[in-house]
Amino acid sequence: MVKIKDMNIFKYTSLLLLSFYLSSSSLNLAHAEIKVGLVLEKSGKDDKSFNASAYKGLKKAEKELGVTTKTVEAPDNSAYESLQRAFAEKKFDLIVAIGFHQLEAVQKNADRFPDQKFLLVDEDAKKPNVRSVLFEEHEGSYLVGALAALHSPSGKIGFIGGMDVPLIRRFQMGYEAGVKKINPKAEIFVNYLGVTGEAWNNPPKAKEQALDQYHRGADVIFVAAGNSGLGVFDAAEAQKKLAIGVDSNQNWLKPGYVLTSMLKHVDESVFDSIKLLKEGKFTTGLTRLGLKSKGVDYAMDENNAKLVTASDQKKLAEIKTDIIAGKIKVPDYYLSQKKK
Amino acid sequence: MKYLLRSSLKSIAGVFLGLSLGLVVCYFAGESPLKVLKVLFQSSFGSGYDFGMTLFYTAPLLLTGLAVAIPFRAGLFNIGGEGQLLVGALGAAAAGVIGKDIHSPIVAILFATALAFLAGGIWGAIPGFLKAKRGSHEVITTIMMNFIAAGMTSYFTLYVIKDPDSSQAETIPLPAIFHLKPFAIFNGAPMGELIFVLIAIVVIIHYWLWNSVRGFELKAVGENEVAAETYGISKQKSWIFAMFLAGGLAGLVGVVEVLGNAHRFKLGFSADYGFVGIAVALLARGNILGIIPSALLFGILQKGSGSLDLETEKVTRDLAYIIQGLIILGVAAEGLYERKRVKRV
Repeated sequence: MVKIKDMNIFKYTSLLLLSFYLSSSSLNLAHAEIKVGLVLEKSGKDDKSFNASAYKGLKKAEKELGVTTKTVEAPDNSAYESLQRAFAEKKFDLIVAIGFHQLEAVQKNADRFPDQKFLLVDEDAKKPNVRSVLFEEHEGSYLVGALAALHSPSGKIGFIGGMDVPLIRRFQMGYEAGVKKINPKAEIFVNYLGVTGEAWNNPPKAKEQALDQYHRGADVIFVAAGNSGLGVFDAAEAQKKLAIGVDSNQNWLKPGYVLTSMLKHVDESVFDSIKLLKEGKFTTGLTRLGLKSKGVDYAMDENNAKLVTASDQKKLAEIKTDIIAGKIKVPDYYLSQKKK
Repeated sequence: MKYLLRSSLKSIAGVFLGLSLGLVVCYFAGESPLKVLKVLFQSSFGSGYDFGMTLFYTAPLLLTGLAVAIPFRAGLFNIGGEGQLLVGALGAAAAGVIGKDIHSPIVAILFATALAFLAGGIWGAIPGFLKAKRGSHEVITTIMMNFIAAGMTSYFTLYVIKDPDSSQAETIPLPAIFHLKPFAIFNGAPMGELIFVLIAIVVIIHYWLWNSVRGFELKAVGENEVAAETYGISKQKSWIFAMFLAGGLAGLVGVVEVLGNAHRFKLGFSADYGFVGIAVALLARGNILGIIPSALLFGILQKGSGSLDLETEKVTRDLAYIIQGLIILGVAAEGLYERKRVKRV
């Protein structure tokens, strides 16, 4: 009795779905131009941060280079492989995978589609048909750490990280070193928002932690937490203190309260790769983008022009030159872990 | 039987109500509802790989659906599936470290499975024990256990059995002897014989619940705990047992993910399987066998959500979540109707 009932469910649903399937026609795809598929992380193109930056680069390429683009946001961490694969099967010319979560999916698909070109940002795929881009986050963080120390009369400075993962530890380590360079006695408060993916998407909790740090005397807080950063900017405004944004230029979010943003030029790296592809100069292998190649930097615009003085900028320019010249060694969390 | 038939008709009605409302939303968003249905169907069954991925999403939901439905039969609401599956997956990953000298694949896989089941089971039994001995409400305790599980598994992943060669948050990879082989026909999708085992588990649980003394006791406590106690059935025992079994089954998600897919514990692997499991059990309306089509439906929606971004212009992955929500509403609204009718009689 029960079994018959369940079979009926299957029968009717499959009949119904089949009829829909047969009644609709197949997709038409134009072929002439260059097609680029972008696979974003779960947090998506509206995270005002890392993924937003990649999306911006793609849209710029669409406008200036006249390529056709398609963007997908992964619903979960198991979906990357099938989404990339769908692009490959549709014969897209380049598949851009954003974020370290996509490493294994890119590796598997690179083997499966050896003629397909990939761009992977934030991890090294070590495959012959993948262009991998890594950013030297610690260098940029060092710079904004120094700036934070310059704007902290109390010598108390905050850091709020998203999920407690090695990548964010790398931000933290570079930042702390930058702070200590200017003010060796500085006290640094560190908080992480959580240990699950929710940490990238939890502005209320970030706001609470930021308020707590401000109440303990922090003047400046650097937040590396994706979407959650918005909560820290709210807290900075409420307390009339300063915050530092991350990945994209976030100075505009709360003008006057965002000291600067540690830029990770994901947009440029995406745009440049598409440009190279169009010019037929696309290369695979690992590219490291640091201060030298302007892959990381701090953001200056009209929103923070009054906050960051000319003497600050001069000091930061000096530090930048020293890092590029190798006079300042910025500690790298990844390397510190490998020694153990 | 008549009741079962009527209740499953209600589920189907709920699904159709939710799905049609979702398609109306598509229509207003400017996308053809037929095309959206086609995308969902093709994305789930279009190729061997797609079907394999759909089953890969379905498999954890079979388990977490059971993890909600079984305690429900005993009168408990288990919201702790997410935590139980995390701990179970960690157990499976730890099996690779503890049992690295095992040489037989069967022993290795059974060992990892047992560890995943035990780890999840103990995690589930704790709220059951607190409920039985202290009267703590299981909704509160299971939610809290979810947070503890998230924190604990991250700690283990980042500091205890972290893969030193990876910059990501993941544990040491399992030796090849622990890996489950996927079917070749799925062309790369990580699903093999396991899906049959899981379906068999659902059928066995159904059978056990209706044909064993333990199962009867469990249901009796759920229906009326005072009456059950009067007949000498220990509600404490039934509660702890139901929660242990539920936690253990949720823990087996670790086998699907760790042995079958990633071959290690990766932070953030779960697509909220523990919570979607609640919806799966709700849609099945407490009918254990109903979990199979119900989990498949949610698996299809999960697999299809990414393709909505890819294949359509106006709607995104979020539509799949809207449809999920509407289906639940559709099923819940049926329940309201039912209560009204009974009153009138």
